[in-house]
Amino acid sequence: MNTILHAKQLSKNFGAVTAASDINAAIERDSVVGLIGTNGAGKTTFINMITGYLKPDRGRILYEGRDITELAPREVTRLGICRSFQIPQLYASLTVFENMMIGIGVVLGNAGRGGFFSRGRPLVPGYDLPAEDVAERIFERFGLGEYRDRNAQVLPGGVRKLLDIALTMVARPRILLLDEPTSGVSAEEKFVIMEMIMKAVRAEGITVLFVEHDMEVVSRFAERVLAFYDGRIIADAPPQIALADAEVKRYVVGGVLRA
Amino acid sequence: MLALLAFGQFLPQWMLFLATVALAKGLVVLGLMILLRCGLVSFGQALYYCIGAYAAGMLGRLYGVSDVFTLMLAGMAASGLVGFVLGFLLARYRNIFFGLLSLAISMILYGLLVKTEALGSSDGFHVLPSTLFGVRPADAWVRYAVLAVAAVAAFIAALLMHRYLDTPLGRLAPAIKDNEIRVEYMGASARHAIHVKYVIAAVLAGLGGAIAATTVGHIDPEMAYWTTSGEFIFITILAGTGNVIAPFLGALIFGIIQTVAFGLSPNTWQMVLGGSLLVVIVFLPDGLWSLFRRRFT
Repeated sequence: MNTILHAKQLSKNFGAVTAASDINAAIERDSVVGLIGTNGAGKTTFINMITGYLKPDRGRILYEGRDITELAPREVTRLGICRSFQIPQLYASLTVFENMMIGIGVVLGNAGRGGFFSRGRPLVPGYDLPAEDVAERIFERFGLGEYRDRNAQVLPGGVRKLLDIALTMVARPRILLLDEPTSGVSAEEKFVIMEMIMKAVRAEGITVLFVEHDMEVVSRFAERVLAFYDGRIIADAPPQIALADAEVKRYVVGGVLRA
Repeated sequence: MLALLAFGQFLPQWMLFLATVALAKGLVVLGLMILLRCGLVSFGQALYYCIGAYAAGMLGRLYGVSDVFTLMLAGMAASGLVGFVLGFLLARYRNIFFGLLSLAISMILYGLLVKTEALGSSDGFHVLPSTLFGVRPADAWVRYAVLAVAAVAAFIAALLMHRYLDTPLGRLAPAIKDNEIRVEYMGASARHAIHVKYVIAAVLAGLGGAIAATTVGHIDPEMAYWTTSGEFIFITILAGTGNVIAPFLGALIFGIIQTVAFGLSPNTWQMVLGGSLLVVIVFLPDGLWSLFRRRFT
C-alpha cells in the first residue's frame, strides 16, 4: 500500500475527557477519506494533531515516512499538509484578492522569493506564475472571480467556505484536511460546493480527508470512511460497508439524526 | 524633504529646531506605525527613544565622541540590541498585554535612570555639540547641519520602510492583525514577524532618540517617561498609518500645534492639543494622511 500519512497509536486526553484513544490509520496517497462521528467524537482533534495544533499524549504521526508529531502548524503546512476550518478563518478586513495575496506572499517568503532585495515580479513556486496570475487561476477554479474585490467579512456563507479552502491551495498541498466543508451551507448548495471543491482539489492530485455530517455527501464523495466514536475509530471501510455497520449506525448515523 | 534641505539654511533657528525634533519623533512614530498595522500598540516606545539618546549622550560623556553619524549609529545599535532581546518576550503578547508590558519596561528604565547619579539622576546631562566627520560647523550652522543629516536619515528610513512594507513579511501585518491562526496555517510565523517589526521599530526609535539628543543638547530620564510614549502614540493617531511620510508630517504638525498652543496659552496648551486630537479622531479617523489620499485618488 502506498501510504502518505500514517497515524500510529495516537492518544490525547483533556483532563478526564478522552479525545483520542489509540487511533491508528494509514492514509493512501491520492485517496479521499471521509471522517464521520458525532460532535466530540474526536474528528477535529485528529485533524488538530496531524496539523501540529495539538500534540498527542502518545503515538506518532508519519508523513511520507517522516515523523511530524512534534512540528508546529506552520512547519506542517510548509511540508504540504494544509487544512481548512469549520468556521472559515479569513482576514476579515481584507478583500478576497488581498486574502489570496497574503497567502501567496507567505509561500513566496518561505521560498525566499520577493524579499527585500529582490527585483521584478517573483514567480510563485509550484505554479511558475506571478502572484496575481496564481490568484486569478485559483479564483477561476473556485468560482470566486466575481467576489474578487469584496470584503471577506461580507461574503455569503458558502463563498466564505470556498475562500477558506481556496486559501489552502496557494501552498500546493499534498494532503488537504477539510473540517466540515459544507457546514452552515444550505442543503441544495452542499453538493454544488463539494463538487467544486473536489474538482479543484482532485485536479491537483491532492489526498483529501474531510469531516462531514451529511451521510449522503460522505457516500457520494468518500472512497473510504473513518468513523469516530468516543475518541476511537470504530469503523474503517468503504462508505457502503462502514455506513451499514451496526456500531456506526448506532453511535454515528443515529447520533447525527438525534442531534 | 528636499525643500527642507534647500531652504533650511534660511529658516530661523527655532524653526530648524522644531523641524529636527519633528524628524526625530517622526522616526519613532514610523516604527510605531508598523507595529500598529499588526494591531499592536506600544505604550512604551519612549524606552528606545531614551536608550538611543543615552547611548549617544554617553558616547560623548565617556569617550568625547561628538560625530553625528557615530552617535546615530550608536543609538540605533543600542536600541536594536535591547529590542532584539526584549522582542523574545514581547512578541508573545498581544493587545493590552503587549501595551502594558512595553509601558512597564520603559518605566523600569526611567526608574533606573532617576536613581543613577553617574548619569545625572533626574536632571540628566548635557550632550556635546555636534560635529560632522570631525568638523565642527560654525555655531549658526550647527542646527542646519544636524537638520540636514536628520532629513537625509529620515528620508532613507522612509524609503527602506516603503520597500519593506511591500515584501511578503511586511504585507503580513494586516493579516496578523486580523487572524493569527490563519497566518500560522499558511506557513508563516506571526511571532517571528512581530519580533522583526519590533526590532525595526526599536532601531528607528533609537535613531530618533540620538537625533533628539544632539539637537536638544540635553537628555534626561523624562525621555523614557510614559508621557513621552503617549506623545508618540498621539502623533501616530494624528498622522494615521496610511503612508511612510505620514509620521513625519504628523510629528511636524504636532510640533507646530504644541509651539503655537504654548505661545497662546502657556497654562492650558495641553487642552489645545487634546482638542486637536479629538477633531482628528472624529473627522479624520484614518489620520491627517487621509486628507492627502482623498486628494490624490
